[in-house]
Amino acid sequence: MRAITIPITDETILSLKVGEPLTLTGVMITGRDVVHKWLIETFIKKTRAPQGEDQQVYEALKPILAGGVIYHCGPVVSGLDSKQYKFVAAGPTTSIREEPYQADVMKHFNLKGVIGKGGMGPKTLKGCQDVPAVYFHAIGGAATLIAQSVTNVLGVYKLEFGVPEAIWVIEVKDFPVVVTMDAHGQSLHESVEKSSAGVLVDLLAK
Amino acid sequence: MRDLTNEILELIRRTSTDLPTDVEKQLRLALEKEDPGSAARGAFETILRNVELSRKNSTPVCQDTGTPIFYVKSPAGWSTQYLKHQIRSALAEATRKSYMRPNAVDAITDKNSGNNLGGDDFPYIHFEEGESDELSIELMLKGGGSENCGAQYSIPYSGRVGETAFQAGRDLAGVRKVVLDAVYRAQGQGCAPGILGVSIGGDRGSGYVKSKEVLLGPIGTRNPDPKLADLEERLTGEANQLGIGAMGFGGKTTVLDTRITGLSRLPASYFVTISYMCWACRRRTLTVRGDEVTYQ
Repeated sequence: MRAITIPITDETILSLKVGEPLTLTGVMITGRDVVHKWLIETFIKKTRAPQGEDQQVYEALKPILAGGVIYHCGPVVSGLDSKQYKFVAAGPTTSIREEPYQADVMKHFNLKGVIGKGGMGPKTLKGCQDVPAVYFHAIGGAATLIAQSVTNVLGVYKLEFGVPEAIWVIEVKDFPVVVTMDAHGQSLHESVEKSSAGVLVDLLAK
Repeated sequence: MRDLTNEILELIRRTSTDLPTDVEKQLRLALEKEDPGSAARGAFETILRNVELSRKNSTPVCQDTGTPIFYVKSPAGWSTQYLKHQIRSALAEATRKSYMRPNAVDAITDKNSGNNLGGDDFPYIHFEEGESDELSIELMLKGGGSENCGAQYSIPYSGRVGETAFQAGRDLAGVRKVVLDAVYRAQGQGCAPGILGVSIGGDRGSGYVKSKEVLLGPIGTRNPDPKLADLEERLTGEANQLGIGAMGFGGKTTVLDTRITGLSRLPASYFVTISYMCWACRRRTLTVRGDEVTYQ
């Protein structure tokens, strides 16, 4: 199994193919529904003016995201009172909800990948080819196990979004994933959907 | 009437951090069916390792600790208001102890309450007066990813799979078609392999409530009506033929079990409602009999 470190180069991304299991090590952020909407509206489509610390957070995120990874995750975090944060449970959330935003976020920050579960659609698959980037699939519900690969919580932004929706900056070691959408237009999710549709049509005819 | 706050806290801890034995057993059987080295087998290995580790460390099996749904059956004379207060206190404490993620978000302001206590509807508590002198509290934690895969069909229904159209009529053959359609549409999004709760009839509201309630029993519970029991088994078998597999990676087990219940309906309406429960099917029961407290 290959061990890949973040930031990831284009060369590495282009060498990844659907079905390959690997581990990730380095610094990444968590970001899900609220974060994607906020990034798009405030900094990409600019339909909303930055408020409060928005601009500083954006500047802090840029170097982490260049060549970096966003993890679709709403963790359970201990140490909220003492600010000695620790990830207790941290599996992936369903990624398809970020489908309207993901490709644009990837392009804007030169993101090399997102981690989530359930896969994403054609717009993100096209984004993966353009950037290039890949979709890493983590095992949904494997929260305690994955939390063990989070070795350090470096900080948190936008905690006012709530614990699950905040931007947690984390250091991970040997985070286990499988590539299910690559930078060459291949998607495991698309192929499983197609083959299951064929079986369903036969079953419905019975 | 005794104060059960600590016992309810323990119920929440056990529910969030330890999967029921029947579900774990079924996941092990599903693992054995997958080919060595396949992505689906790898998914089951990770899932089972996580289940063991969560139990050992007393940490949540899944970070989405879900909607807390309580079913309380109390003897005559118990104050439901008092019990509700205890449930809410225990839930806030469980959140503070990281057994639960703060999951109650105000839909209008988007503000997370931080302690899992939302309006009167969060947590969801169903009270019923039982005939025995025993008090039981059943808790189900239903994750959002799987909840989003739930579906309700108003029959007759005209559907489409790719280029192929299909019709579902007002009979069990029609029920079968829309349930298979729902499993296909869910793909791996609901953390497959799932458990299907299906209610036939009711109104839109009661249909969804019953489709969840039917998920409370252990895996393999069959409807006493042989026609429905047959359909339950047929649907599990056919859903698995779809080949969606664990996590949607492709594989032999897409659904662990199917439960169906029938409700009264209006002559005009025929709803088929499907609740999709993820593999992390977290449910536990607390029973109080005199001084004796048991957890199942």
